[in-house]
Amino acid sequence: FYRTRTRTRTQIKPDSVNSVISASAAHLLRLHQRFQFLDKDSRGSLRSEDLEAALSENPIGVRIVGAFFQQETVDFPSFVRILAHFRPTEKNRTRDGVQPDPAVGRKCPSSVAFQLYDQDRDGKISRTELLQVLREMLGLQVTEEQLQSIAERAIQEADLDRDDAICFDEFRKSLEKVNIDHKLSVRFLE
Amino acid sequence: MAEQWRSALLLCLLMAASSLASTGTTAPASTGNDTEHGTGTINTLPIVTWKWHHVEVPYLESHHEHGGGHNATGIAIVSFKWHHVESPYLVAVWILVCFFGKLLIEANHKITNYIPESALLICFGFILGGIVWGADKVQTFKLTPTVFFFYLLPPIMLDTGYSMPNKLFFTNLGAILIHAVIGTVWNAATLGLSLWGCHQGGAMGNIEIGLLQYLLYGSLMAAVDPVAVIAVFEQVHVNEVLFILVFGESLLNDGVTVVLFNVFDAFVSLGGGAIDAKEIIKGIVSFFVVAFGGSLLGFVFGLLMSLLSRCTKNVQIIEPGFIFVLGYLSYLTAEMLSLSSILSVVFCGICCQKYMNSNMNENSIQTVRYAMKVFANGSETMIFVFLGISAIDKAIWVWNTGFILLTLLFILIYRFIGVFILTWMLNRYRLVPISFVDQIIMGYGGLRGAVAYGLAVNLNESKIKEKNLMVCTTLLVVYFTVILQGVTMKPLVQWLKVKRAEIAEITLIEKVQNKVFDHMLIAIEDISGQIGDNYMRNKWRNFEEKWMSRLLLKPSARKQQDHLYNVFHQLNLQDAMEYVKEGERRGSLEFIRNESAFVDFKKKLGEDYEEAMPDIMADMPSNDPVSTCRRDVLPTVSLEMHEQNMRGLREAEGINAHHLLDQHLYKGRKQHRYRYSRSHLDINQDENEVQEIFQRTMRSRLESFKSGKMGVAPPKTITKHTKREPQTKMPNGKNKPYHSGDEDFEFSEGDSASGYDTSFPTRVTYRAGAGIENPAFMPDLDPSSPLHIPPWLADAGMEVNPVAPSERAQVRTPGYLHRLSSLRTNARSGETAQDRDLPTPPPHRDDDHL
Repeated sequence: FYRTRTRTRTQIKPDSVNSVISASAAHLLRLHQRFQFLDKDSRGSLRSEDLEAALSENPIGVRIVGAFFQQETVDFPSFVRILAHFRPTEKNRTRDGVQPDPAVGRKCPSSVAFQLYDQDRDGKISRTELLQVLREMLGLQVTEEQLQSIAERAIQEADLDRDDAICFDEFRKSLEKVNIDHKLSVRFLE
Repeated sequence: MAEQWRSALLLCLLMAASSLASTGTTAPASTGNDTEHGTGTINTLPIVTWKWHHVEVPYLESHHEHGGGHNATGIAIVSFKWHHVESPYLVAVWILVCFFGKLLIEANHKITNYIPESALLICFGFILGGIVWGADKVQTFKLTPTVFFFYLLPPIMLDTGYSMPNKLFFTNLGAILIHAVIGTVWNAATLGLSLWGCHQGGAMGNIEIGLLQYLLYGSLMAAVDPVAVIAVFEQVHVNEVLFILVFGESLLNDGVTVVLFNVFDAFVSLGGGAIDAKEIIKGIVSFFVVAFGGSLLGFVFGLLMSLLSRCTKNVQIIEPGFIFVLGYLSYLTAEMLSLSSILSVVFCGICCQKYMNSNMNENSIQTVRYAMKVFANGSETMIFVFLGISAIDKAIWVWNTGFILLTLLFILIYRFIGVFILTWMLNRYRLVPISFVDQIIMGYGGLRGAVAYGLAVNLNESKIKEKNLMVCTTLLVVYFTVILQGVTMKPLVQWLKVKRAEIAEITLIEKVQNKVFDHMLIAIEDISGQIGDNYMRNKWRNFEEKWMSRLLLKPSARKQQDHLYNVFHQLNLQDAMEYVKEGERRGSLEFIRNESAFVDFKKKLGEDYEEAMPDIMADMPSNDPVSTCRRDVLPTVSLEMHEQNMRGLREAEGINAHHLLDQHLYKGRKQHRYRYSRSHLDINQDENEVQEIFQRTMRSRLESFKSGKMGVAPPKTITKHTKREPQTKMPNGKNKPYHSGDEDFEFSEGDSASGYDTSFPTRVTYRAGAGIENPAFMPDLDPSSPLHIPPWLADAGMEVNPVAPSERAQVRTPGYLHRLSSLRTNARSGETAQDRDLPTPPPHRDDDHL
């Protein structure tokens, strides 16, 4: 599903990005500069290593890149498009009155977050997957045993059907109280 | 623990009373100082003034208690020395009366549901004032600025700073600052100018107030009052962003108010002619100095305090005292340097909370938390009561319909206009815009309070002819906003369907997810090359971890810094507590031993409930009705309402457990163990011992309890117990210690024959390192045990067991722990009575020997 989407997208010309995400030329220019800066050997596309280099300080940087950019290389239009997922929702609507692009739709941030855990793409966060993320995020001072019990408990909290794993629905449910759209919004492209 | 902070609180209250008492005596003197200071010729506007004399008395007396000397001429056996104790006595009585007032008001929740407590307290003040007036024909008691600014306000501000939700505050700092600075200036200017305009138009009649005086008046009326805002919003539970916006504004606008007030006060003294551009620029500069200087001072004090708390390990008793004394000093120092004292003490609290909470030990943290609430809540009560009392005074009432009504009108209108304009501007840049409904509440939440009144009383009568009119109008505005707006706030919030604060339980997965989201946001900003909030926050966090934590945290505390892990720990503790309580309620802790520590207790309990008592389950949709209803009745002045209440709840649970234990623990014959010590809190050490013994017996009892049910327990235990039984029942134990199932305790049975007269603790010896073990977290002795269903529910297992019926009957009787022991007697019923030549001992005694 995602693959087909990206394929159609790569055929769009760079300037048509503008119509889709409604960003001003100045902002696009700045993003383009950033894109070129990240693109060390100026091939016109970013590899995941380029992105990971930008996130060297982030403990789960590799995961984030993996969840955001699932294809091998990223060209500028898809780069912009992916980032545009994290703009505040309301503003998209209030400004132009239309949804960004009904055909493409907005990739929901929570699914990106889910993919961050779900490395083997089986639609479930297993205990080991959660444990891996926790291990990357928590400091060294937390022992393995504690990590395991944290993972255990976290799974139990979210796991409604008792299959010892968190599926996407359960994941969304556990985050019902958190306003994901507000939380996962960054102010840019304005 | 309960004992400990109770005594600490008592101590602190005494301190407060004595320091208040000293104000009583010194108040006239220092108010005299004030006026002197005011009348002193001011030629130019000072940016920073040195006001040592202004603060000298409380500054010194926060250290020195004043001692009264007395000279005896003859021997009087009893003498009546009222004058000797008069002022402290009066202060104490007033405090008591105010507290009783609160008690009275809080006793009836039907009323407080509709009318906020602050309004009721003011009304209570009216009544008290009426009584005093009726008795004395003159109002002898009222809220003097000295008492208010030096003694009542600082504790509240310290508390708000200390319990400030930092992240929320700093996330919204921009909006808060805009409202606090620009909003307050707007309010002051428009109110002053409009009133002046109306005056020119002839709406006021014949009063002598010039433009500058109007502006001065406007500036003292401009500030939203933190005390009133907390008191009202506390009970409304609006969403946290809205709350922090109104509340943060009310805190931070103090800097602006102080500056505006001082500037216009100076301008009034200078007279209109002497004001030139230089003075105005000085005024603007002084704003920055006062506001930022105050904050910086608070920050420095906060750092000092954190540093200090690194090394207070050996004086744990007074450890919590440091924060109060240093916080107060930061307030007074700011006052002395004529900086914003409120900002100073608030930032002091904000800055030190994290480090203090990790450096101090758990007991001190609780002490600080509770003492803060006691002081803050007490001060708040007294402020409102005295605001009410102050009204009953014929001297201040000067009626001027135009002035008063116009003030009320303008305050309301301009507040709304200011809020709408400012939020409109802010919403263009905010990620999550402030909704229109929220704006209305923000506007409506512009309550004025005691700060305005204190400033109004501080006005100099010789320069401002109509001081009394201003004081009286201020009082009316305070009553209008606190009582009328306070009462209507709740219906308004409901009617407008303002988003409420969610009382949600923290779940671990949510916390994990929040962390992940944070990382994602930072990643997005990193990739897009944006320097946004998240980027800055990340930088700050790194800096903080790298430098501040290293400097300010104990090495041991630094290790436990992980937020996620702390949440996990807290959740586990809470669960364990609930679980044990449930076990005690049902009469056996047996089932605890058969679970690993990481079971989802709540779910588990829920299921048990369903099986055991479906009718209880019916009214348990919210998982714990007890806690929710208790959450409602717990009166606190807290910012993080939810967290505070959760803590309170947990505390309450702890106390309950203590009570339960106290009631059922074995008491020794001699109760010599209470000795007094000022510096150590180990008076209850023996009680710990008793607890320890209790746990031991419980465990050995459980052992045998298990063995009673042959069908369920594995053979290993059975053999162990059959071996043990004869030993236990030996009538004359020959001082033969034996090891029970758990290796870590031993009982000497030497005294068992000689009767029960020796006090209990001496009879049991145990190894030093053994300590109290939490059975919930002990590795299970027999891992093969299938007892995942609590024994009293395991009907299948029971049927095999011949003694089952009696057992079950025993266990099902609710709650009391000692029932367990009689159960034990029961199980062995026949033999015990015969084998022992003793008169049947009270059931719990019997168990000591198991």
